[in-house]
Amino acid sequence: MQDEKSQENLQDGLLGNFQAEMRDWLEANCPASMRDGSIADDDICWGGKDWVFTCDDQRDWLNRMAGRGLTVPTWPKEYGGAGLSRAEEKIFQSEMARINARPPLQSFGIWMLGPALLEFGTEEQKQALLPPIVRGEIRWCQGYSEPGAGSDLASVQTKCDDMGDHWLVQGQKIWTSYANKADWIFALVRTDREARKHLGISFVLIDMTSKGVSTKPIKLISGVSPFCETFFDQVKVPKEQVVGTVNRGWDVAKYLLTHERQMISSGGQGLGGGRPLGAILAENGGLDDATLRADALRTEVDALAIGLTLERYKDQAEAGQGVGDASAMLKYVGTELNKRRHELIMAAGGSDALEWPDGRAPLWLRTKANSIEGGTSEVMLSIISRRVLGLPG
Amino acid sequence: MLGDAARGFLDQAAPVAHLRGLRDAGQTHDPALWTQMADMGWAGVLIPESAGGSDMGHAAAGVLAHEMGKTLVNSPFLSSAVIAATALRQVSDARATEALKGIASGQVTYALAVDEGAKFAPDATAMQAHADGNGFRLNGTKKFVVDGGFADRILVLASTDNSQTLFDIPADRAGVTRQAQAMIDSRDAARITFDDVEATGADVLGTVDDAMTVLRPALEAGQAALAAELSGLAAGAFGMTVDYLKERQQFGVTIGSFQALQHRAAHLWSETEVTASAITNAGRALDETPDEATLAVSLAKARATGTAQLAVREGVQMHGGIGMTDEFDIGFFMKRARVSAEWLGDYGYHAETVARLRGF
Repeated sequence: MQDEKSQENLQDGLLGNFQAEMRDWLEANCPASMRDGSIADDDICWGGKDWVFTCDDQRDWLNRMAGRGLTVPTWPKEYGGAGLSRAEEKIFQSEMARINARPPLQSFGIWMLGPALLEFGTEEQKQALLPPIVRGEIRWCQGYSEPGAGSDLASVQTKCDDMGDHWLVQGQKIWTSYANKADWIFALVRTDREARKHLGISFVLIDMTSKGVSTKPIKLISGVSPFCETFFDQVKVPKEQVVGTVNRGWDVAKYLLTHERQMISSGGQGLGGGRPLGAILAENGGLDDATLRADALRTEVDALAIGLTLERYKDQAEAGQGVGDASAMLKYVGTELNKRRHELIMAAGGSDALEWPDGRAPLWLRTKANSIEGGTSEVMLSIISRRVLGLPG
Repeated sequence: MLGDAARGFLDQAAPVAHLRGLRDAGQTHDPALWTQMADMGWAGVLIPESAGGSDMGHAAAGVLAHEMGKTLVNSPFLSSAVIAATALRQVSDARATEALKGIASGQVTYALAVDEGAKFAPDATAMQAHADGNGFRLNGTKKFVVDGGFADRILVLASTDNSQTLFDIPADRAGVTRQAQAMIDSRDAARITFDDVEATGADVLGTVDDAMTVLRPALEAGQAALAAELSGLAAGAFGMTVDYLKERQQFGVTIGSFQALQHRAAHLWSETEVTASAITNAGRALDETPDEATLAVSLAKARATGTAQLAVREGVQMHGGIGMTDEFDIGFFMKRARVSAEWLGDYGYHAETVARLRGF
């Protein structure tokens, strides 16, 4: 007991030192213009070969953070991460929030491909592909959905034939986020057309500059085009660019989807710079309406509890218990919450929020995709029903 | 671990059939069951070891309350072991220590008398305690005093000259009359009338005109434990319902194969998971930062109230006709959920508290 206590004290002391170190470092290294907490599309750095920094501060902020591995705080140091524990990461995030720092970089490499490589990649793949993600040098996109494979993702038809010394890819992807701006794509393709549908899929990495790759943006109801159609016309892909075992790409995809769901589910927390809903709505007298206020109150109660749930599952994941099928629950509750928040923000804004330049409407419209992308809410509920509750599928 | 041990004991000693048995016999309390719980240290879960308690803390109290909620256990756990013990613990005199010893041993039970109207509103207390010589005279009526029908002592909130004062009064004192309330959920509750009841300075818990220093922590401990009990109730009702979805056959298939029901069940499970986080958070806040636990506690009670009510509504509907029969247990869950929704503050009361602390 005594030992445990002193161990705890030691632990607390070390974390205290870490907090002081982070505070000093961020104070010295985060440019003033990067301290507005903005997560607006125009302010976020996505990196990549063609990235044009909005200002020198954005470039410096990325380089300084990447230099310490803090663009990916919990990745192992040998691949460019900062190697932080979950407790340290919480402190780091709270120190970032304290100075209202913008995220230095966000990307599908950080959120999705990186975690998949850390789990399934060969040592060569990790060494070659992870550090450029950390530094924001290569921008990745995700090629999962196809015109005939949306919610039913495992029915992918894009062909990937073994030509002996290379693969040959033929087919089409849809809803590829930022495919027109990405350097590389990680995609699900069919390598065995005879096998049962989950078993003939592989996870391949394709250079977007390869001959035969083309993209076409899709204009959305929010007026922007974050998604593309991506076409593969007889594209040659080197043999070593498969992650995991050939024909077992579904394992990688499933693992990755849990990461994607967590990422999307946390959207409900980061809005308005993480400010409480009440504060956002109160700005223009939005809370004077009793009906709106009552709705907002319920939403705030749910938002706080959902935030605690995300933290609880992150803690579980770090304790090695995994999140597994519960990620479907996090995705479901997080995205439905996000939609509720933006409905309230629009209602509180009244006619002021209805003009495009105001900016609230595009965000509101964008949230409608949250409960569709990465698996619809209905698919999430079916996953919970079958895998968690054991109801007959 | 604690939860598993509690579950093992309660499945034997207090399944839902135990509550049904009490109700059918016209009773609300089983003293022998409470003695067994006290022997396991549950009555002293929040009482220091020096006063005979097991001092396991609020998170542990929540674990026990959650398990009790699963099978709708009637016991003075919340009133005595959580609320009264937390109140007495705020006062460090010899009399309070003796009282804590009594609770921990299971020999003495308490009830908290706050409500006067149809809603929980401690600020609106009309009951008067007039100064009279060196003491007070208490006049007024309290209702929805949970466990007040059998408790040995009553913690009663009254208005005094400048504010409010909390009194600790034996239930058999002259002028105290209690009348059992026939609650829909068969939990014990009483309407208690105080007719010129004498109280001395020694009967004041804490300080005159300062009830909240003692009462606020006690209420918050009770609200958090009640939230945990409600989350257990939701889990119990949900478990019964999912089992039923897997066994009930209609149209030649189990009804759990219908997507309309699957998605509602999955939604309900998601709600129980989100609420579980709020419950854990409240227990941790009370143990680690008790002076700043109000937001966590009100969040837990609001969420648990909402989730339990959804669980029983869906539970009855998905059971169909059998869910409407007294013979089947789901109705007991529905009635207990309604009563616990009101006790110690309803959804609106706690959501307003959250709103106030979150800048609404």
